[in-house]
Amino acid sequence: MAENFNEMMGPDGEVRAPYVILKDWLDTQSPADLRAKIREAEAIFRRLGITFAVYGNEDASERLIPFDIIPRIFAASEWRRLEAGIRQRVAALNAFIDDIYHRQEILRAGRVPAELVLQNEAYLPQMAGMTPARNVYAHIIGTDIVRVGEDEFYVLEDNCRTPSGVSYMLEDREAMMYLFPELFARHRVAAIEHYPQMLRGTLDSVAPAHCDGEPECVVLTPGIYNSAFFEHAFLADEMGVQLCTGDDLYVDDGCVYMRTTRKPVRVDVIYRRIDDAFLDPLTFNPDSTLGVPGLFDAYRAGRVTIVNAPGTGIADDKAIYSFMPDIVEFYTGEKPLLNNVPTWRCSEEESLKYVLDNLADLVVKEVHGSGGYGMLVGPTASKKEIAKFREILKKRPGNYIAQPTLALSSAPTFVKKGVAPRHVDLRPFVLTGDQIRITPGGFTRVAMKQGSLVVNSSQGGGTKDTWVLED
Amino acid sequence: MLLGRNAGSLFWMARYVERAENMARLVEVSYRISLMPKPFRTHTNDWRSVLVSAQCEATFDENYDEATPENVIQHLVLDRTNPSSIRSCMESARSNGRSVRTALSRDVWESLNSTWNELSQLRASQLSSDKLPGLLDWIKQRSMLFRGAMLGTALRLDSFHFSQMGAFVERADNTARILDVKYHILLPRGSGPGSAIDQQQWASLLRSVSAHRAYRWAYKDASYQPWNVAQFLILNPAMPRSLVFCYNWINRSLMDLAEDYGETWPCHDTANRTDKMLKAADMERIFQSGLHEFLTSFIVDNNRLTSEVASAYNFQ
Repeated sequence: MAENFNEMMGPDGEVRAPYVILKDWLDTQSPADLRAKIREAEAIFRRLGITFAVYGNEDASERLIPFDIIPRIFAASEWRRLEAGIRQRVAALNAFIDDIYHRQEILRAGRVPAELVLQNEAYLPQMAGMTPARNVYAHIIGTDIVRVGEDEFYVLEDNCRTPSGVSYMLEDREAMMYLFPELFARHRVAAIEHYPQMLRGTLDSVAPAHCDGEPECVVLTPGIYNSAFFEHAFLADEMGVQLCTGDDLYVDDGCVYMRTTRKPVRVDVIYRRIDDAFLDPLTFNPDSTLGVPGLFDAYRAGRVTIVNAPGTGIADDKAIYSFMPDIVEFYTGEKPLLNNVPTWRCSEEESLKYVLDNLADLVVKEVHGSGGYGMLVGPTASKKEIAKFREILKKRPGNYIAQPTLALSSAPTFVKKGVAPRHVDLRPFVLTGDQIRITPGGFTRVAMKQGSLVVNSSQGGGTKDTWVLED
Repeated sequence: MLLGRNAGSLFWMARYVERAENMARLVEVSYRISLMPKPFRTHTNDWRSVLVSAQCEATFDENYDEATPENVIQHLVLDRTNPSSIRSCMESARSNGRSVRTALSRDVWESLNSTWNELSQLRASQLSSDKLPGLLDWIKQRSMLFRGAMLGTALRLDSFHFSQMGAFVERADNTARILDVKYHILLPRGSGPGSAIDQQQWASLLRSVSAHRAYRWAYKDASYQPWNVAQFLILNPAMPRSLVFCYNWINRSLMDLAEDYGETWPCHDTANRTDKMLKAADMERIFQSGLHEFLTSFIVDNNRLTSEVASAYNFQ
C-alpha cells in the first residue's frame, strides 16, 4: 500500500499551508491541557444529551461519539474544487432518479443495465410516474468523500436516503468555539451554523403547489430509541418545526394532519427520518407501526411533500454506484469532477473470481448495507475472518461489491500518546430545493485506532470539527 | 402549537419527577422508623406497610419472598422491575422529557438528564444503609432543581400548564393515598393528647409529606392533634401538599388553558367541582361521613381527571 497522504505534514516534513497557524499553536499546547479540554468537551456533550445509540450494545445504549479537538482544515481553493464536483454529482443523482421513475432514458440507452435498476430492492415501482415538487427527489444528500493525495479525492458513497451526522457537525463547531476561541480569532473559518435555516429554506421551497402562506413542515422520527434521535430533535428545534412520530400524524380526506392539543393542523412538508419501508403500512411494510397509514397516497396526490422522496435509495445502491461516472456524464454532459472508486460487482462472474483471488487486498461491502456492518476490510482482517467471509461471499455473490483499499488521508488527532495522524473521511451535506446549497466543510469522521480505516461511529470512530478557510 | 403526544409527555414528565420525590420521602420516613427503639415500631412488619403506602405490594411479591428492609428499599429505590421505583420514575421522566426536548428549556432538560446520568450508574451494591439518607436527600434536591428550573425558565404557555397538572395530580394522589393508608390513626378517639406511639405515628405521617415543621407554625398545639393533622393535609390552603392547594393549582392551569384555547372540556367541570368541594368542606363533616370514604372517592375522581385531560387534549 502506498504511503498515506498526511493533511498536515508534507512529504519533506514541511507543514502544509492550511495547517501552518494550527501547527504553531499545537506546539505550544501541553498534552495535559488538551486532555483537560477533551474532558470539558465530553462533560458538555453528556449534559446536553448529545449521544448516539449503538445497536446490540445494551450496557451503553447511549454513548458519546469520541470527539477529537484538533480541527481538520481545508484551504478555500481545495474546497472550491470539491464543491464543484459535489454539485455536479448531486444534480446528476436527482436527474437519474427522475429519469428512472419516468422515461428511463438511461436504461434505454444501455448505459446502466435495466435489470440492475428495475429488480433492485431499492427501486420502488410505486414511485413510477411520480413527479414531486421541483422534480427534486434527494433533497438532502451526504456525500462520503475520502482523500488520497494532494488533488485526489474519491467519492465512496452517495447517501441519498436519510443521511445523518449533521448535528455532530454543528455541535462539534459549537464545542470548538467554546473551548478554543483563540483559534477562531487566528483563522477565518467559514460559518456553518446557518445549516438549519438552509434546511428550512429547502423544505419550504418544495412545499406542494396548493400551499399558500408559510408551509407547515415537520420532522418525522421513529422515536427516542432511534440511534439518531438526538439529531432529529436538534434539527426540529433549530428549524422551529414540530418533531413528530407516526402516531402524531394521520391522513384525512387525502391530506396529512397532525394531532395537536387543539384543532388538527395540516402538514405540507415531512422531513422524514424513517426508512421507506416503514413510511406507510398501507403501501409498504404492513407491520410498520412507525409510519402513517395513507401517507403515500396523499404524497402521490401531491398533497404533501416527503423529504427525501421514497425510492431515492436506488441512487445510493452500491451496485448502481459503480455506474456513477456514466450517470454523471449522461445527465450533465460533462466529465465527472470527482473520482469514483473502481468497483467490482460480485454478481458478475469474472469480477467475483478476481475478488475471491484478492480478498486480502480488497474491501468487500454489502450492496444494501450501511454503518460499517457486515463488511470485510481485507488488509486488516485475520486469515480466519477472510476464510469465513469467502464462504459468505460465495453463497450470495450478488449481495456484495468489492473495492481496492484506499490509502485514506490522515489528519492530526489527539490520542493517548499525544498528537498523531489518524485516517479521516468527510461527509459534506448537500441540500437541493429551489437551489443547491452546500455547507462549507461537513462532518469529518476519524478512525481513532492507529492504522484503522473504519471511521463509522458504530465501530468506534470519532468526529472532528471541519474547517474551510476563507481567502 | 403543541402536539397532543407532547402535551402528554410534559404531563407525565412532571408527574414522574413528583412521584420519585414522594417515594424518596416515604422511604426516608420508613428508614427513620426502623432506627427507632422497638416499642415505637407498632406494626408487625413496618416495611410491609411501606409497600402498601407506596402501592408496590404486588410488584414486590412477584420478585421477593420476604419484606426485609434491604429488599423493600431495593424495590422502592433501584428496582427496574418496579415501574414506581425512584430509578424507574426518573428514567420515565427523562424519556418523556427527551421526546419533548424541543418544548423544554435547556435548564429543565439538563436537570433531568444529569439526574438520570448519575442515577443510572448507581448499582444495588452501592446502596448500603449509611449511603441511603444521602441518596434520598439527593433525589429530593434533584426534583426541586427540576421544579425550580421549570418555574424559573419555562415560558408560561400551554406546555407549562400541562406539566403543572401532571405534578399536582400526582401530588394530590400521593397525599390522599398516604392519608388513606393511615386513616385509622387519625380517627377521633375521645380527648387527651394521645399516647407516645400515636404522637410518633402522626409525626411520621407529617414527615412523609415534609410537613412536620410546617405543622408547628400552622397549629400552635404542643402536641399533634389528629384532627388538625387531617385538616392540615386536606383542607389547609397554605400547605403546598394539601388536597385543596393541589386542586387550586390544577384548576388554575385548566382555566389558563381554557382561556388560551377558547374551549372547555369535561375535565374542566371535574376539576372545578373538586376544587369547589374542597374549598367548602370542613373536617367535622368529613369525619362524620367517613374519612376513608372521602379519600377513596377523591382518589377515584383524581384518576378520572387524568383520563379526561388526556382525551380532551389528545395525549394518545
